[in-house]
Amino acid sequence: MKSLDVFALAWHALIAHRRRSALSLVGVSIGVAAVTLMTAIGQGARDFVAAQFQTIGADVIAIVPGRVETSGAIPGVGSAPNDLTLEDARALVRGVPGVVRGTPLVLGNEALEWRARRRDVLVLGTTAEMLELRGMRVSTGSFLPAGDWERGSAVIVLGAALPAELFPGEEPLGRNIRLGDRRLRVIGTLAPRGTHLGVDLDQAVMIPVATAQSMFDTRSLFRIMLEVSSASAVPAAQRTARDLLTTRHGEEDFTLLTQDAVLQSLDRILNVLSLALVAIAAISLVVAGVGIANVMLVAVSERTREIGLCKALGATERDVLSQFLAEALLLCVTGGIAGLGLGSLATRVLAWRFPAWEAHAPQWAVVGALLLSVVVGLISGAWPARRAMRTEPVTALAGRRA
Amino acid sequence: MIELTGLSRRYVLGGETIRALDAIDETIRSGEHLAVMGPSGSGKSTLLNVIGCLDRPTSGSYRLDGREVAGLADHDLARLRRREIGYVFQAFHLIPRMTALENVELGMLFDGVARNERRERAVAALERVGMGARAHHRPGELSGGERQRAAIARAVVMRPRILLADEPTGNLDQASGRAVLELLDALHEQGLTVIVVTHDPGVARRAQRVLVLRDGRIVRRMPAVELRSLDEALAGAVP
Repeated sequence: MKSLDVFALAWHALIAHRRRSALSLVGVSIGVAAVTLMTAIGQGARDFVAAQFQTIGADVIAIVPGRVETSGAIPGVGSAPNDLTLEDARALVRGVPGVVRGTPLVLGNEALEWRARRRDVLVLGTTAEMLELRGMRVSTGSFLPAGDWERGSAVIVLGAALPAELFPGEEPLGRNIRLGDRRLRVIGTLAPRGTHLGVDLDQAVMIPVATAQSMFDTRSLFRIMLEVSSASAVPAAQRTARDLLTTRHGEEDFTLLTQDAVLQSLDRILNVLSLALVAIAAISLVVAGVGIANVMLVAVSERTREIGLCKALGATERDVLSQFLAEALLLCVTGGIAGLGLGSLATRVLAWRFPAWEAHAPQWAVVGALLLSVVVGLISGAWPARRAMRTEPVTALAGRRA
Repeated sequence: MIELTGLSRRYVLGGETIRALDAIDETIRSGEHLAVMGPSGSGKSTLLNVIGCLDRPTSGSYRLDGREVAGLADHDLARLRRREIGYVFQAFHLIPRMTALENVELGMLFDGVARNERRERAVAALERVGMGARAHHRPGELSGGERQRAAIARAVVMRPRILLADEPTGNLDQASGRAVLELLDALHEQGLTVIVVTHDPGVARRAQRVLVLRDGRIVRRMPAVELRSLDEALAGAVP
């Protein structure tokens, strides 16, 4: 029997039982749609998080106080970590070969006031190097003045969203604005930057690091950022920085973060999450397969006479087997293609509803979902098809259920 | 030529062995027109099924044109059923979702005949049985006689040498039955070996020879012209 004829005959049989076929089809397409949608969501989440962390920059090392890694020591026992200080930051910038620029960072929250308007903002105490290091752009005026980090001048740079919110219809540059109990002169505004690592930079203000330290009454830094000449120079710079700081502190009471390390551990977590999502979706495809197996079993016992007749007309066992396999396969592949359409529609709705998500199913998921539906078709069709194949023509023609 | 030697078919049903065929010895010539009679349960349908390769004998030998059939694999049996043997059933066994034409094409489909040739031959076969005008009707739209004629077209479209008919007129009225029997006669005249299983002496008398079965054995062989009724044939039987 020619394979084209096998499929034509299978199609014929499916059309003849169109309601039942349609129901199995819906099952498979929902399964396939779920797989593509879930992969799209997983992929979207990964891209989103990765994009957030990529802005650290591949050539940036961040140093945070405290040891993050697990150690053998009992928590609370042993010395408290030393603070990171401005001197540490300066020593690192000077002493680590390959470092192009570095900047200290102090973080705090404070109320920003202009006339009757008041707003709580995130305060970043930093230096002129920050602009270049984080790839920020100035919209009007200038950024923090370069030079002595210890000099705490009374100036402030506003995040992109703040001028419109605090100075509607006014020019903020040159104004003396109140931040906490200080009066600071606005010297610049930033170009929009958006949310970054959960921090909305557009809603933040930047002030000189020394000003921030005295405002928050602290000597310690939130972190130190070092930019290295190239990503390939990062490992060497990381080693030198660790040695240098360990010598200064007498112990390794800080943690060095690089984008690579952060991304790698994130990737592991997100991979597990995506896999879990896809596995849940795949279960629905398996359920659809069970449905198809059931429908095919009904079809086989319903068409016992037909099978007997086909054998009497000279169909081989293989013809009968491939006939029912082809039906299951057609159901699954048609359902699979419909499911891909449904899935991409759902993904589009998702993307339209949550633009930041950028969910799209990767190519391997599309191909994989289709392959999976073929496999489900073959497996769920195999058992009923074998039953059909084994049907004895005589019993079948007599209409007895074998 | 069909040669049956010591042919037996036994079933086990509820722990009891049923001898549907019990050591049948018989030779059927090519081109013969044979009727098989007997009370129900005598094994006449089983005999037809074994000859048609739809059922396998439990023991004994079945030679078709000198070739042993009993031990053939499924693939070879399927080919015999496809090319050498045509069937006509009491219940027609047309596939309801297909037109008469598609039903007739089915056997050729399994033989891998190309689509165009399939169509041509099916149309020709339907025309030969006077069904050309009804080719595109589904079985549900055909009368019993028309269905059986379509079934005969299907049985002969592969040009088999043997035509097996199991109570071909059992579900038909007198006029349709006669038309079907005339078709079988005509096919016999074209050289086919025709074997008809029936309990109707009127049908059996159209054959050349009659076999009478009881309890899985042939109890009588007689020329069809001598047949008056089944009871009489059985009464005169030598067990």
